[in-house]
Amino acid sequence: MEKFEVLNGLVAPLDRPNVDTDAIIPKQYLKSVKRTGFGPNLFDDWRYLDPGEPGQDNSKRRLNPDFVLNQARYRGAQILLGRENFGCGSSREHAVWALEDAGFRVVMAPGFADIFFNNCFKNGVLPIALNAGLMDRLFAEVEATEGYRLKLDLETQTITTPGSEVINFEVDAFRKYCLLNGLDDIGLTLQHTDDIRAYETRRRTEAPWLFGDG
Amino acid sequence: MSAKTLYDKLWQAHLVREDADGTSLIYIDRHLVHEVTSPQAFEGLRLAGRKPWRSNSILAVPDHNVPTTHRTGGVAGIEDPVARIQVETLDQNCSDFAITEFHMDDSRQGIVHVIGPEQGATLPGMTVVCGDSHTSTHGAFGALAFGIGTSEVEHVLATQCLIQKQSKNMQVRVEGNAGPGVSAKDLVLAIIGKIGTAGGTGYAIEFAGSAIEALSLEGRMTVCNMAIEAGARAGMIAVDQKTIDYIAGRPYAPTGDQWNAAVTNWRTLVSDEGAEFDRVVRLDAKDIKPQVTWGTSPEMVVAITDVVPNPEAETDAVKQTGMRKALDYMQLTPGTAITDISLDRVFIGSCTNSRIEDLRAAASIAKGRKVAANIKQAIVVPGSGLVKQQAEAEGLDRVFTDAGFEWREPGCSMCLAMNADRLEPGERCASTSNRNFEGRQGAGGRTHLVGPAMAAAAAVAGHFVDVRELLPSA
Repeated sequence: MEKFEVLNGLVAPLDRPNVDTDAIIPKQYLKSVKRTGFGPNLFDDWRYLDPGEPGQDNSKRRLNPDFVLNQARYRGAQILLGRENFGCGSSREHAVWALEDAGFRVVMAPGFADIFFNNCFKNGVLPIALNAGLMDRLFAEVEATEGYRLKLDLETQTITTPGSEVINFEVDAFRKYCLLNGLDDIGLTLQHTDDIRAYETRRRTEAPWLFGDG
Repeated sequence: MSAKTLYDKLWQAHLVREDADGTSLIYIDRHLVHEVTSPQAFEGLRLAGRKPWRSNSILAVPDHNVPTTHRTGGVAGIEDPVARIQVETLDQNCSDFAITEFHMDDSRQGIVHVIGPEQGATLPGMTVVCGDSHTSTHGAFGALAFGIGTSEVEHVLATQCLIQKQSKNMQVRVEGNAGPGVSAKDLVLAIIGKIGTAGGTGYAIEFAGSAIEALSLEGRMTVCNMAIEAGARAGMIAVDQKTIDYIAGRPYAPTGDQWNAAVTNWRTLVSDEGAEFDRVVRLDAKDIKPQVTWGTSPEMVVAITDVVPNPEAETDAVKQTGMRKALDYMQLTPGTAITDISLDRVFIGSCTNSRIEDLRAAASIAKGRKVAANIKQAIVVPGSGLVKQQAEAEGLDRVFTDAGFEWREPGCSMCLAMNADRLEPGERCASTSNRNFEGRQGAGGRTHLVGPAMAAAAAVAGHFVDVRELLPSA
């Protein structure tokens, strides 16, 4: 996993609640057996006017001029602003793979669906929950200011605005540690192999039916 | 000892270790696997030179991509080459790592959340995970069951554990008697309408109360299935005699002395008297009518007797925007009676509503009637090969086909439209599935979520209709 330390990134707004993972990456792209290449199909139904299928040359498709992320001013954005319940629905990690592949490293919203939130951290993407009032203000500032950027510092858990305002954000200590160091969860868990074995030994006695082959 | 909730009991029984900040390692008893969210996890496992920690904890089945029209030609007969590769990849991974898989041509094949309970592979007191958000279904058995992403699928494969923090406890109590024609689906849609699609975020929800206790295990699965649509990763229901009776004799269920020991243990899987919940929500079943969603989020739901709501009446600006976008997408006008919404297709199936009880409820309405002329297609997709066999033994397939429904092979089908079953742009569908998101059933398609009897009623009327007017007379 790629480390996350500091990011000074262009911000793009996606002003609608309940953005679900079907919208982030539609089902037809889930047929891939790979983790990469989902970026061109991020928000596919909103982004293009013609229907999308895997294997298409996306550069030849008609872009929807009304979709906010198609505006030239947001090209290259790395920070996405969202609304309540961002990432709801399906557990598909492809949604985070698509965001990451399209260049997004941070999503800020008043609230996230649990599975999506969790999936972000596994892929070096930082989801930040901020209160709705603050999000309203960020949306207004982004829309009013072309080239609006925010500076994120994970170590100090701060966001610095172009006006030098500093906003603090919360992040779980363990997840922060993993992101800062680009650590693989599995490797960390396997350091506790003895604990897992001891648990299994005890449970096999207490509840042997949980270990049967059926 | 302080009184504990069911969730707290399940959590504590699976705690392998806990750090000072609450970051915990919890043990996973049952890992269900399907073709869409597992290939990258197996690939990661191989790249790291790892193997599954406990292969016999895993049960795999292809369901999302499989065709429901015919199975002749087996996997090689899947017409979509990309889908075929994904099913073949699952077959190969299960073969390489000695994992039990119900192949596409196995009579036990079906939707992963239908076959787990059907086989007794889902047991009370288990932790059950799957790379699929509707894993919450299995909580109906007093299990802690939740969906995970692909990185976590790999984590469970490699370590048999997950890193988590304990969720908060919510209890949703539905008391009283649901009226005739009001199904488990209506109860859970009403719950989502009340608490919202983010209402359960951060919580494990226990569904309780006399209306929940009165449900069959099939109905309870429908309710827990949609816990995720209320934002909760896990939904669950306490064990009672019905739970134990359902499991007895199933292929993966314990037998002999182990059965007796298991049942003793399972009877403790209830929230203790006086256990504290962080939030309690109450609904009265007698107030709940058959439900229909009108928008693009499951919380956008009203009773069949209602009209499409007006965003002008919504005071929250963000919600108002969401409602406007939904109405625009759905091409609906505020004030339209739900019963005036006419339909193009009907889908009866999905991990929410494809079990035998669901098919019986739909068939009871379809019997002796005909699918309306304006309905282009009405399909019934049983949840598993065994559900299909049972339905055929009861003659339900004939009831459906005589009425003009198509009777299909088992799979996820038009719930998410990964296979060939999908809506065309602009088409409107009454669906017994779980998500009415934009494009969920096909780009540009418009989905209205309903229970199985309501879907059958909509098929024969050509528009939504209050199923209570069509119920067979007692």
